[in-house]
Amino acid sequence: MISISGLIGQLFAIALALALAPLLSGWVGMCRAWLQSRTAPPLWQPYYMLHKLFHKDVVLAEGASSLFRVAPFVMFGCMVLACAIVPSLSTDLPFAPAADALALVGVFGLARIFIALAAMDIGTSFGTLGGRREMLIGFLAEPALLMVIFTVAMIAQSTSVATIVETLAHRDFYIHPSLAFAGVAFTFVSLAENARVPVDNPATHLELTMIHEAMILEYSGRHLALIEWAASLKLYAYSCLGLAFFFPWGIAAGDSFPALLAAIPLLVLKLAIGGVLLAGIETINAKLRIFRAPEFLGTAFLLAVLGLLVRLLLETKL
Amino acid sequence: MSSIPLSAQFINLFAAIILLLAFAMLAQRRVLQLIDLFALQGATLFLSTLTVALTTGQAHLYGSAALTLVLKAILLPWILHRLVRKLNIKGEVEPLINIPTTMLVGLVLVIIAFNVALPISQLAHTITRGTLGIALAVVMLAFLMMITRRKAITQVVGFLSMENGLFLAATSATYGMPMVVELGIALDVLVGAIILGVFFFQIRDQFDSLDIHHMEKLKDS
Repeated sequence: MISISGLIGQLFAIALALALAPLLSGWVGMCRAWLQSRTAPPLWQPYYMLHKLFHKDVVLAEGASSLFRVAPFVMFGCMVLACAIVPSLSTDLPFAPAADALALVGVFGLARIFIALAAMDIGTSFGTLGGRREMLIGFLAEPALLMVIFTVAMIAQSTSVATIVETLAHRDFYIHPSLAFAGVAFTFVSLAENARVPVDNPATHLELTMIHEAMILEYSGRHLALIEWAASLKLYAYSCLGLAFFFPWGIAAGDSFPALLAAIPLLVLKLAIGGVLLAGIETINAKLRIFRAPEFLGTAFLLAVLGLLVRLLLETKL
Repeated sequence: MSSIPLSAQFINLFAAIILLLAFAMLAQRRVLQLIDLFALQGATLFLSTLTVALTTGQAHLYGSAALTLVLKAILLPWILHRLVRKLNIKGEVEPLINIPTTMLVGLVLVIIAFNVALPISQLAHTITRGTLGIALAVVMLAFLMMITRRKAITQVVGFLSMENGLFLAATSATYGMPMVVELGIALDVLVGAIILGVFFFQIRDQFDSLDIHHMEKLKDS
């Protein structure tokens, strides 16, 4: 059933995700630095970081259980799986039946639970604090993300990501007002989920405000490298999910080689534009107080529900 | 689904944006941004009315669209901006209930409005009938904003936004009101905004604040 060319396409998509994800993080960092009139670090900075961290020894905290050592690998595995399911180049993905859009949310949830548990495992106050905050954000962001997925799934009549993208990309031009709502909600959710500025600052180490950084404070060496890589893979997966739902044009439908090749520069272009926009959002917004985060994500949930309602009111035949 | 023509898709899109802006206004904490959002809502209403006019060829709708653009997207926001600057209002507007609760109440209102409007819009034969529910929802959200805000100026913005919703309802149900009625309403809204502006100065002179709960202490003696 799985064709050889499909399998090659799938493996190529995963390899591309692994290679491009740190580049995307580097690009966002560069744009942020430019917008804040600082000298930008080189584009390859995340690769240097990964290289450096992989060659360092691991220092384990006293009393760390095996959970602490397993968590980075689980997180990395989840993110690679997510990148394999989300169509970036082609919708012909042999791995796609492994999980539909709802299970994809579960995969992200699994990674979150493991990293939060690992943060609490070593028993420092920062780890516990970060883990709790992460679970708070996650518990608020997940329903909103599910609502966005329901809206898109109603349009495509399927919850499989590949089918959704196929339906959205290869149909007659049609304006879906509900997608506007879902798009705004999805932007909110991805900012929160990827520890970006209005909710969390990926560059901060200020004790009172950090969420993601507080959890991984005790990690070092290859564990930290895997977590950093997984974080950029998560950003990549979310970007690809957003592009697939809201700008699906150019994603190849079959496994034809020329279409696949043509999809690569388009994907890179779309990701580059997305990175500039993300850096822009991060520059013009101030970080919210942690107690404002529920309000931020509540708005995202609300918008997603509104999208669902608008879909029912305007886009179905009366 | 493909039976919906392109112009109707655009009208639906604009209506959805108007609803989105109504929610953004409900969530907005700052006065100046609130007025900007109101101007944006007016501009979207203009685009929506213009699309209806182009599709149906109703001549008087061009007049309504022009009126909307001049009045709601340019003149009224300008007057409000001037008022805010002259009154020297700064900082945040304090809602009576906190914003997430307001938004949830707003969501319930939208569901009610959609349900109420569904049987009505089935009776209408206009191209825009689907947007009636949205128009009703915008009116109710503006109501909610007037109820839950404490400052006089946000209440006026709520009042004006309600007029936007009514206008959208009129275009979606019956392709707009007669020109005389529309001109009358437009003039009313304009004069209303100016008179309320004068009132603001009076209120502030009297109480040193624009918080309307001070007015509850007014007595007849």
